[in-house]
Amino acid sequence: MAAVERTSQAPSKQTELPSWKDPKAEPYIRIENVTKKFGDFVAVNNVSLSIYRGELFSLLGGSGCGKTTLLRMLAGFENPTSGKIYIDGVDMAGIPPYDRPTNMMFQSYALFPHMTVEQNVAFGLKQDKFPDSEVKQRVAQMLDLVQLTPFAKRKPHQLSGGQRQRVALARSLVKQPKLLLLDEPLGALDKKLREATQFELMNIQDRLGITFIVVTHDQEEAMTLSTRIGVMNAGQIVQIGTPQEIYEYPQNKFVADFIGSVNLFEGQIVEDEADHVLIKSAEAGCDIYIDHGISSAPGAKAWVAIRPEKIQLTKQEVNAPHNCVRGTVKGIAYMGNLSIYLVQLDNGKQIKVTMQNQMRAAELMIDWDDRVSVTWHPNSPVALLS
Amino acid sequence: MASSVSAAHASRLPASHWMRDLLQALGIRGRTLVIAIPFLWLFLYFFVPFLIVLKVSLAFITIAQPPYTHFNEAGHLVFNIGDSYGRLVSDSLYIKAYWNSLVVAATSTVICLLIGYPFAYGIARCSPSVRNILLMLVILPFWTSFLIRVYAWIGLLKNNGLINEVLMAIGIIDSPIGMMNTNFAVYLGIVYSYLPFMILPLYANLEKMDMSLLEAAADLGCKPLKAFFLITVPLSFPGIVAGSMLVFIPAVGEYVIPELLGGPSSLMIGRVLWTEFFSNRDWPTASAVAIAILLALVIPLMIYQKYQDKELEKES
Repeated sequence: MAAVERTSQAPSKQTELPSWKDPKAEPYIRIENVTKKFGDFVAVNNVSLSIYRGELFSLLGGSGCGKTTLLRMLAGFENPTSGKIYIDGVDMAGIPPYDRPTNMMFQSYALFPHMTVEQNVAFGLKQDKFPDSEVKQRVAQMLDLVQLTPFAKRKPHQLSGGQRQRVALARSLVKQPKLLLLDEPLGALDKKLREATQFELMNIQDRLGITFIVVTHDQEEAMTLSTRIGVMNAGQIVQIGTPQEIYEYPQNKFVADFIGSVNLFEGQIVEDEADHVLIKSAEAGCDIYIDHGISSAPGAKAWVAIRPEKIQLTKQEVNAPHNCVRGTVKGIAYMGNLSIYLVQLDNGKQIKVTMQNQMRAAELMIDWDDRVSVTWHPNSPVALLS
Repeated sequence: MASSVSAAHASRLPASHWMRDLLQALGIRGRTLVIAIPFLWLFLYFFVPFLIVLKVSLAFITIAQPPYTHFNEAGHLVFNIGDSYGRLVSDSLYIKAYWNSLVVAATSTVICLLIGYPFAYGIARCSPSVRNILLMLVILPFWTSFLIRVYAWIGLLKNNGLINEVLMAIGIIDSPIGMMNTNFAVYLGIVYSYLPFMILPLYANLEKMDMSLLEAAADLGCKPLKAFFLITVPLSFPGIVAGSMLVFIPAVGEYVIPELLGGPSSLMIGRVLWTEFFSNRDWPTASAVAIAILLALVIPLMIYQKYQDKELEKES
């Protein structure tokens, strides 16, 4: 939802190609075949990635997938075992963190405990020998932006988690870096504050034109914030795309399963034409017809991913040659705006279906243990080969 | 079996009840009792002797056994401040000895800090397995008596000692360097003996340090050496204070090292005290010297305590 909002925020850009699709655009950050090993453990495995100026790029993955290591290599805290990193066309090999045009917001915030909020924020500017008056003015501006002016004289241990997080953000933004690296920036915040800060981050990014790279394990956060997402698994990037692409067109089982919830059915490709695929799936209990082709050999093994919100339930019996299966409602979770139905198909497989509660008491129309027909549009499923 | 167990319980339970009842009857809670033990210990072996020494410092010298009396010729109990404490102020020997002790202790503390800090820093940055070995090596000298270790330095430093012999054998020097009985030897002895007391609290502090702070400093454009002085040193301040106190306080009253390694010119208050007691048999003056030095040491200790309380408050 929020991701859709984000692209419509900038109507002027609609006529132009986004930078990552424009063949003439020069990437701001180029990561070429970067591998990082710690002993025998391969933390980052042959990653190549281009990120463009003004993007808010998220590296998304579970813990230990290598996303933080990749970020630390950009900041200069780790050196790649092999491969190259270019920022603004400059090879970063051998350039120490203090000479890089990047600033990082640490997951632990890493605020200097012996300095006040003000001194923490001023630290970076003082390293660059800015005159005192300018340091003062820019720190004041920054504290104003993150609404911490009344806390300027406090030490970090006198602040709440959310306030510390804003100090860390202010400290990393005050030097107006070309590239801001954020490691799980919103992890420690409660839901309300997190949402507010997400929009604040997007605002700041629009206003200052800084390129952001955000590391997160929180898919919702990645969906809301990002122009593009790189999904990582076991040291590799498994898919790069806009939030919509990642969500609607996952390229493999891992991405489909990691982002949002999904029902996966194993099957065999029977027909693979330009305009449709037909997959026979014992797991689903019916043939699945998909209205887009994938190029594969018939007979190949494939998986079909269908999002819970793209499935319809009805108590009437539906007779269709495909995309239709019978089941029994085994559980209903009422969430307010929508309800989640746990349906056991007649072959024993359990699937998840979400439906909007468009009318009051809509959840009463289908009840526990009701027999239902499960159907979906041929446009809804995605066929995956791996 | 079961009956014997319950019998053992039955015989034990009343006993503890009996103890508890007694304590309750006396109005003592268990917690008070636990604290009372170290208090009693300090009272008996620190405070009472302190009072005795204080009283002796206010006595008159006599030729008797013991060599002091609390009474004047008329047989009245008198607090004689003038003889002992008056001498401390009037005779420049004592002022000089005090001053010299403070200078030696302060200089040694600074030298210990300069050597100990990189030492502790290095250990704290090692891998955990190497770290344990290095810490072990720091503590290892304690397995030998302090006195023997100071004696060993004589064997190294004297004119026909190991250092001079080796230097002459390889032809760097022609005649031995006079190292024994000099201030140099005293400093060497003190720094050598007290270095572990500087390293251990510093290590304990530096080991806890959050390395991401240094990364954050580097990320904000601060070079490593500058980050060391802006981040590491201020954060290790409690360790610096603790280590310095642990070196400075015993070094001020040090007797063995200046006595064994120092020359006649290394006038330290510990030696003066010894001379007053055993050579001059002037117990009141010796006691006054002791009281004065105790006060001089308690004041910095109290400052340290205050500082620590403040730190604890900050953390909570």
